[in-house]
Amino acid sequence: MATEVKKAEKPWQEMTPDEKLQRRIDAWLAAPGINFVSAQAEADYKARINNYLDAITLRKMPHHVPVMPNLGSFAQHHYGYTEKDMMYDPDKMSDASMRATLEFQIDMQIGTSTTLNGRVADILDYKQYNWPGHGVPDDGEFQFIDDEYLKADEYDAFMRDPTDFWQRVILPRTVGALEPFKRLSIPTYRMPNAGDYGKPEVQAALKKLMEAGEVAVRFQQKSATTSKKLKELGYPAIEGGTSSVPFDFLGDALRGTREISFDMFRRPEKLMDVLEWATPLMIKRGLDSARMGSAPIVGFALHKGSDPYMSEKHFQTFYWGPWRKVMEAFIQEGLIIRGGCQGFHNKRLETYRTMPKGKVYWNIGYGTDIARAKELLGGIACISGGITAGILHQGAPEEVAGHCRQVIDIAAKGGGYIFATSNIDRNAKIENVKAMIKTVKEYGVYS
Amino acid sequence: MGKELVAAISEIREDDALRMVQEAVDKGENLDSILTDCQAAMNIVGERYEKGDYFLPELIMSGEMLKKISDLVKPKLGAAATAGGAKKKGKVVLGTVRGDIHDIGKDIVGFMLDVNGFDVHDLGVDVPEDKFVEAVKTDKPQVVALSGFLTLAYDSMKSTVDALDKAGLRKGVKVMIGGGQITEMVKDYVKADAFGMDAVAAVRLAKQWTA
Repeated sequence: MATEVKKAEKPWQEMTPDEKLQRRIDAWLAAPGINFVSAQAEADYKARINNYLDAITLRKMPHHVPVMPNLGSFAQHHYGYTEKDMMYDPDKMSDASMRATLEFQIDMQIGTSTTLNGRVADILDYKQYNWPGHGVPDDGEFQFIDDEYLKADEYDAFMRDPTDFWQRVILPRTVGALEPFKRLSIPTYRMPNAGDYGKPEVQAALKKLMEAGEVAVRFQQKSATTSKKLKELGYPAIEGGTSSVPFDFLGDALRGTREISFDMFRRPEKLMDVLEWATPLMIKRGLDSARMGSAPIVGFALHKGSDPYMSEKHFQTFYWGPWRKVMEAFIQEGLIIRGGCQGFHNKRLETYRTMPKGKVYWNIGYGTDIARAKELLGGIACISGGITAGILHQGAPEEVAGHCRQVIDIAAKGGGYIFATSNIDRNAKIENVKAMIKTVKEYGVYS
Repeated sequence: MGKELVAAISEIREDDALRMVQEAVDKGENLDSILTDCQAAMNIVGERYEKGDYFLPELIMSGEMLKKISDLVKPKLGAAATAGGAKKKGKVVLGTVRGDIHDIGKDIVGFMLDVNGFDVHDLGVDVPEDKFVEAVKTDKPQVVALSGFLTLAYDSMKSTVDALDKAGLRKGVKVMIGGGQITEMVKDYVKADAFGMDAVAAVRLAKQWTA
C-alpha cells in the first residue's frame, strides 16, 4: 500500500546536496498515491528502483545490470499500431504501453507516448514540425524543421523581456493558430488590455488554445492512469525532469543550426552574453520539472556538442561552460544528471570525466566507443549503451545474444552500467528483441 | 589577390574574403581566378576537416562564404561560368531520401562536390524513389548520392536503389550513401556501392568513380 513521505528533519535549504538527494530518493521509493496490487509487486517496484540507483549513483554494486532497452517504437508496431496512432489516440498509446510492459517485463515501464501530440499540433497548426499525416507517412517519426526562428538582431529584445517576445513574436511565427497574438498590446501594468481580448481573431486563437488544452489533458490523464496501474504492478517509471544545454536551447529551435554556427564566428561575444543569460532559465526549467516523488534525475538530450559539430575550443567556451553551471545547480539541489549522448562523443569523454563521481549518468549512443567510455568514465559515472541498432534489424538471435554478452563484458564490470538503448524501431525483429532481453537478464547478474 | 583570398576563405575570415571580392568586382578586375581560389580554399578546408582541426561550423561557414562570393561574381561572369573554369568532372544526383528532411550534411556534400568540379543536381529532402529515377533518366549522372539521418532512411535508401534497378538504371551509376548511423552492414542492406562518413569522403568517392 502507498506510504506517506516522512516529514523532513530540517528545512530543505539547510540540507547538504547528498541529504537532498536522499530525500528525493526516499520520496520516490515511498510511491505516493500508489496502491500496489500485492506485496510482491511492491517488492519488485522498490528492488527495481534501488537496483537502478545503485547503478547510476555508483553507491554499491547492483544486483544485476538494469534491463532498460528503449522499446517504445518497437512496441507500437508489435501490437499493430502506427506512430500516428500513438500521437492521436490515447487509448491505443495506453494499450501498447500496458501490453509491452507486461509482455517484455523489463526493469521499467515501457512508455509509448510521443513528445509531440498530433491532435494538439493539428489544432494549433505547428509550423516547426512535420508529423504523420503532415509531410510524414503514418509510420514515420515526427521531424523538427531546422530554421531561423529567432533572428540575430532580435537577441536584445528577446533577452530584455523573453516572455513578451515569446508571446508576441515567436509563438505567432511558429504556431499558426496563435498568429493573432502579435496583435496583443504591451501590458500597461495597471489593468488588462481588455479590448485585445474582444478582437475576433484573438478570441479565435484563445478558443484553439482551450481546445488543444482539453485534448492535452485527456492524453495526460490517460497516460497517468496507465502509468499508475503499471507502478501498482511493480514497474517504475523512470521519469524525472528535463532541461537543455543553453547552446542547444538557443541553437535547436530558436536560431537553427546554420545561424548559430554563424554566430560563433560573426558575433561570439554576443553569443556568450545570450548563453550566460539563458543559463538560469535552463536551471529553473530543470528544477521545476524534477518533481518530488518521481526519479531524482534531470535529463539532457545532447545535440550540438557532439564531436563533428564543433572544435574543442568552441565546445569548452560555448557548450560546456554554461552547461556545467546548469548541472552544478542541479547537483546542489540533490539531483542526478542524465546526459543523452546522441551521435559521436568520443572527444568529449575527457571533459565528461571531470564531473563529480556518481552525479551524472551518460547514455552512450551509436557513435561513441563504449570500451573507451568505460575506460574513461568507469568508477566516476554510470554509462549505458553500446548496442548497434542494425543488429536487431538484420542479425539473427544468436548474433544478438553474442553481441549483448560482448557489450556487457566490456561495459558492466564493476557496476555503473545500464542496459539502455536508443529508440529501437519497428523494423527490429521480435525474435532478436526477445533474445536481447533474455541474454541481458541472464548474463547481466553480478555474481 | 589569389593567395590572400585563399587564406581568408580557408581561415574562415568572412569579412576579409568578401571585402577582397567586392573590391575586385568594383575595380572591374578579372574575376575568372576567384572561383579557382574558392576551389583551392575549399581543398584546404577539406584537409583541415579531415585532420580534425575544422568541424561542421567551419564547413557551414565556408559554404556560406562560397555562396556569397558566387552571388557577387557569377552574374559578372555570365551563365558559362563554372567553378574551376574547366570542364565538369562528372554529374551527381543528390538528395535526402523519402521520409527524412535532414539537409545540412547533404548541402555540405553538395557544395563540396560543386566546388570540386562536379555538376550537382540537388533534389532536396524527402525525395520519393520515382523522383530519383526521373532525375537519373534525365541527367544521366555517373553518381547518385543518397543522404539520410533517421533509421527509417535505410529502407528508403534500399527502395530507391531497387527503383533504379527496376528502371534498368542501376548498372549505369555508382551509388554512395551517407548521413546518420550508416555502416558497412547498412550499405550492404541498401545495396549501395559505398558509404562515407562526411563530405570529404563523398568528394573522394566521386573523384574515384569518375577518374
